[in-house]
Amino acid sequence: MDLSIVGILLLDGITNGAVYALLGLATVLVFTVTRVIFIPQGEFVAYGALTLAIFQTGKVPGTVWLLLLMALLAAVMDVRLTWQHTRNVPKALKAGALTLLLPAVVAALSIWAAPRQFPLLVQALLTVGVVTAFGPLVYRVAYQSLADASSLTLLIVSVGVHFAMTGLGLLFFGAEGFRNPSFWDARFNLGPVAVTGQAVIIVGVSLALIGLLWQFFEHTLYGKALRATAVNRLGARLMGISSHAAGQSTFAMAALIGALSGLLIGPTTTVFYDSGFLIGLKGFVAAVIGGLHSYPVAAVGALFVGLVEAFGSFWASAFKEVIVFTLILPILVWRSMAGGHSEEH
Amino acid sequence: MTFTKTLITAAAALVVSGTALADLTIGVSLSLTGPASGLGIPIGNQIKLWPTSIAGEKLKVIVLDDATDPTNGVKNAKRFVTDDKVDIIMGSVATPVAIPMAAVAAEAETVQLAFSPVVLAPGKDNWTFRLPQSNSVMAHAMVGLMKKQGIKTVGFLGYTDAYGESWLKDFTAEAEKNGIKVIATERFARSDTSVTAQALKLTSANPDAMLIVASGSGAAMPHMAIVDRGYKGKIYQTHAAASRDLMRVGGKAVEGAYVVSGPAVIAEQLPDSHPSKKVAVEFVSQYEKAYGAGSRNQFAGHGYDAMLVMEKAVPMALKKAKPGTKEFRAALRDAFESMSRTVVAHGVLNWTKDDHWGFTNETGVMLKVVNGDWKVE
Repeated sequence: MDLSIVGILLLDGITNGAVYALLGLATVLVFTVTRVIFIPQGEFVAYGALTLAIFQTGKVPGTVWLLLLMALLAAVMDVRLTWQHTRNVPKALKAGALTLLLPAVVAALSIWAAPRQFPLLVQALLTVGVVTAFGPLVYRVAYQSLADASSLTLLIVSVGVHFAMTGLGLLFFGAEGFRNPSFWDARFNLGPVAVTGQAVIIVGVSLALIGLLWQFFEHTLYGKALRATAVNRLGARLMGISSHAAGQSTFAMAALIGALSGLLIGPTTTVFYDSGFLIGLKGFVAAVIGGLHSYPVAAVGALFVGLVEAFGSFWASAFKEVIVFTLILPILVWRSMAGGHSEEH
Repeated sequence: MTFTKTLITAAAALVVSGTALADLTIGVSLSLTGPASGLGIPIGNQIKLWPTSIAGEKLKVIVLDDATDPTNGVKNAKRFVTDDKVDIIMGSVATPVAIPMAAVAAEAETVQLAFSPVVLAPGKDNWTFRLPQSNSVMAHAMVGLMKKQGIKTVGFLGYTDAYGESWLKDFTAEAEKNGIKVIATERFARSDTSVTAQALKLTSANPDAMLIVASGSGAAMPHMAIVDRGYKGKIYQTHAAASRDLMRVGGKAVEGAYVVSGPAVIAEQLPDSHPSKKVAVEFVSQYEKAYGAGSRNQFAGHGYDAMLVMEKAVPMALKKAKPGTKEFRAALRDAFESMSRTVVAHGVLNWTKDDHWGFTNETGVMLKVVNGDWKVE
């Protein structure tokens, strides 16, 4: 093992770690605002990468139809709920139409654009649109009516959502994997280490997104409202912050982060319909390192997971996953010994 | 009143068992979902093309999904033998699922035709017959070409599962016989996002050739990682990678790869002297007529071969007993063991009492990827 090998492994670890960091942040975000341990986070990654892959072939991805279907379901739920509360038919229909509007526009745009084979970047944007639109709908359909349930119930729902999304992924994308074209084919030689353009994009986008998130939560009113919900749901509601709206926008952000992560890793590896789970799980390990509440620690934890993975593969490739997931044990022990343990229910 | 009821029940029972006796029932457990669904779905497609009867016996085919989960596979197998009273169990396509199913089949004294290369302890496979080639038959063809090319050292990069493990074992044995050494061994999983570290370690050992053990589109990523590290030697792939997904995902990087394959997928290119040529061409044209040009794959071939061996064995067994009976199931096993040399799409089978693998060494064919297509080497 010489310096060039260390360099290549470091680069590999950081590139993967950057993606885990994004997913770790999304996991922390979702947990703090809604108390949902969002296991299907990784599924958005696979949906993102595979939706783009199908756009590349000039077909309409199955996710678009799923989006319409879920939007319809959510709209029906909204109509029913509003009607129960107000007994006012026009108001109820309006609520349903509002839910349906955005997904319908995104879906129509995708169906129109798919056979036209637009450049890669346009297709990537469409993909982000489609997958992001899933976020609020997943929250609306699976979690909203359970918003006050215990974390354990929400976790169980998450497991169900995970299985549903993986199964639907198999249905829409098939069992074989896809690899997307690279966004940037450049190669830079830093001594013995060749840095690919894609690696630069991955690290760059991750950093930018982390910066944006920080800006959003620290310096915007809406970000502060989300933080308030995270700190105390009841208090936030008394201040006029809708916890349902907070939940839906949180899930939209989680889906957006997932879709972006999918676009980022799509060109570097073969993505299968079920690839997302393990990637998301590593993001989750990072989030756990951050105690499910600290963004900076989660980001550092993600880099750590990425590096351990890279060096673990080098030294003992047969035990790589064992090494990564065993890591979580001492960290949990340390966290439960160190932190003043406070669980809000 | 109760008497009439009893009579009706008895009559109904007779009718039910009557139809069960008349039909030849096949229980198929396939991985239609889960990680091995890429292997299971094509077999399911092929089953839809099966004839409706064999030797005048109406076929009743029950296909259940095992979701690539051993527990489900066992559940399906138990359902087949207790509820459906099947004459033969087929499946699963995933090795880890097929292994526990073998125990159920043996206990119920029902033949299992496995679509995966199931390795069982001696004496445990009395009722299990395999349709895929054993890895050692494939390794035989591969090592033959390596020897011709003067390769002395090999680096191994394989799945961390039973498939990778059994290839390592069989390949090492076959290679050592021919003076070829495996000098580096690395593992990865299908879902890994990067195998850079493994590729790095393998290329620094600098073997004459690399062997990648992976399946379907999962075989392309490690291949690209090794090429990416500037490796100039030859790269070999196993028969699980012998599908067009390798080129679809791998593109230019997999150009020049050597892939071992059963004869089925390259039917037209086989030399006329290859025993399987005719059967393989029939399989490919039937499958592609139904599912489109280029849809051929080796797994559907196993489904095709299952019907070929049934068509040979069932008439033999029918001479001894009626379907739906214990005697018929035993007769079916004896038929498989005594039907001798049988040419199928995947090669030449010769099951005997002691050998339930059966493929002869003339089976494996070496292919090379040239201009994004297969070329027989």
